[in-house]
Amino acid sequence: MDAATPDAIALEDATVAFRVGDSKVYTAVEKAQLAVAHGEFVAIVGPTGCGKSTLLNVAAGLLRPASGAVRVFGQPLAGLNGEAGYLFQADALFPWKTALDNVAIGLDIAGAPRGDALRRAQDWLGSVGLGAFAGRYPHVLSGGQRKRVGLAQVLIRDPKILLMDEPFGPLDAQTRQIMGNLLLDLWSKDRKAVLFVTHDLEEAIALADRVVIMSAGPSARIIGDWRVPIGRPRDISEVRMQKEFHDLHREIWSVLRGEVMKGYAQSAQAGAA
Amino acid sequence: MSRMSLLALQLFVAVIALVLWQLLSTVPVFGKMLLPPFFFSTPVDVFSQVVDWISTGVIWKHLLITLWESILAFVIGSVAGVLIGFWFARQPRVAAVFDPYVKMVNALPRVVLGPIFTLWLGLGIWSKVALGVTLVFFIVFFNVYQGVKEVSTTVLDNGRMLGMNERQLMRHVYWPSALSWMFSSLHTSVGFAVVGAVVGEYLGSAAGLGYLIQQAEGTFDVAGVFAGMFVLAVFVILIDFAVTLVERRLLVWRPAGAEER
Repeated sequence: MDAATPDAIALEDATVAFRVGDSKVYTAVEKAQLAVAHGEFVAIVGPTGCGKSTLLNVAAGLLRPASGAVRVFGQPLAGLNGEAGYLFQADALFPWKTALDNVAIGLDIAGAPRGDALRRAQDWLGSVGLGAFAGRYPHVLSGGQRKRVGLAQVLIRDPKILLMDEPFGPLDAQTRQIMGNLLLDLWSKDRKAVLFVTHDLEEAIALADRVVIMSAGPSARIIGDWRVPIGRPRDISEVRMQKEFHDLHREIWSVLRGEVMKGYAQSAQAGAA
Repeated sequence: MSRMSLLALQLFVAVIALVLWQLLSTVPVFGKMLLPPFFFSTPVDVFSQVVDWISTGVIWKHLLITLWESILAFVIGSVAGVLIGFWFARQPRVAAVFDPYVKMVNALPRVVLGPIFTLWLGLGIWSKVALGVTLVFFIVFFNVYQGVKEVSTTVLDNGRMLGMNERQLMRHVYWPSALSWMFSSLHTSVGFAVVGAVVGEYLGSAAGLGYLIQQAEGTFDVAGVFAGMFVLAVFVILIDFAVTLVERRLLVWRPAGAEER
């Protein structure tokens, strides 16, 4: 990789704080230092409520950090991150649009001719395996199918950066594997920079080039950064059989485990208070 | 239950009710009429009154006027409700300022506005339309306001990340959401448009179904009152049926069972 190319996303000492009530300030993430190189697939793993999604929203420009900087391809980020596509955890499709229109919308609003937009949307639906579902509305699609439409909706705009917030979280185990392979397959074609948030360490290792671990919140920090020594192309279900996978999993889990327990204890305490 | 047997049972209920009514108002029980025809009329008389109206053609003029008033009330009330609901939802400060007044006017029984509208707008159709508008407006207004307010933040963020500007968000997110809420209250608002028209006519007019009922009442013509009610009921059912058809067409994207009545 060209060393002179600036990172796709760089968070520099980004601190995110929310105002709670009148005078209290809740610091969600403290001094996060994270860089995603061009073409790199980075997964963020952390205990529930540690501010993983917050970090992603900062990278998307949906949230401003209280201090620190966000750079996108070397440029300081002001407003929304126009280079990024965002796949949300919750359902984000427009329920009043058909699958085809949902995928085409990104081109529509950019001013592409309608016929052209629909043709390309149909192609994209085909590449996520939903070519026959163009006329369906989101509510008749299954959870996995909705995620596929969402993926096509984001990728059709050809963003240079892909932000994903536990995109496969609500899906069942089999569907997650299928979606993971689909994602890797699509990603391998043009290798966008990916920032992938998940609570599932196995998923993170199976998908990513690098796995970043966050501590339990509040004031969550990035406490670990591992390179995944597994070649590509990968098959998610087969990767899990490899020795490298197990070694890395054990190593990361020894760190993550303590944080998960801490996060659990804290949320239990907050619940009791 | 199959469609046919349901329909049969529904008809059965009507037949029983009508037969009971006819019997109790014509056959004395222990020398006493339980439903004196002077106060309750009889189904046969009511029916012949309806037939009479239809065969002489009197009814069409009144029906047409009530229909026209209802349509105008619905259209004007809906347009105003959508526009103002949208405006309030997007300008929280405006909404906050007007909030107590909106609640106040909405709490007012609309019937008391009838005489004022008659004074202002005369005995013609517009005083009835105005009454219907005050009813329809608030239903549509509250629904659209809610619809715009409750747009999912994820869907909004998604729109933004896909590159929508404020105007495109309006068109692709806020607008469809608000309209879907408005359509889900279509039955209620159309119903209220008719109520406004009929009550307005009843309070003072020279034509319309409400006028017909009020005239009959004034001459102790109970058969006329019931006949007017019957025609009104059929009229409302037909309109409701039309609304259902429209709704099915417009809300195809909605999960079944989510429609509110």
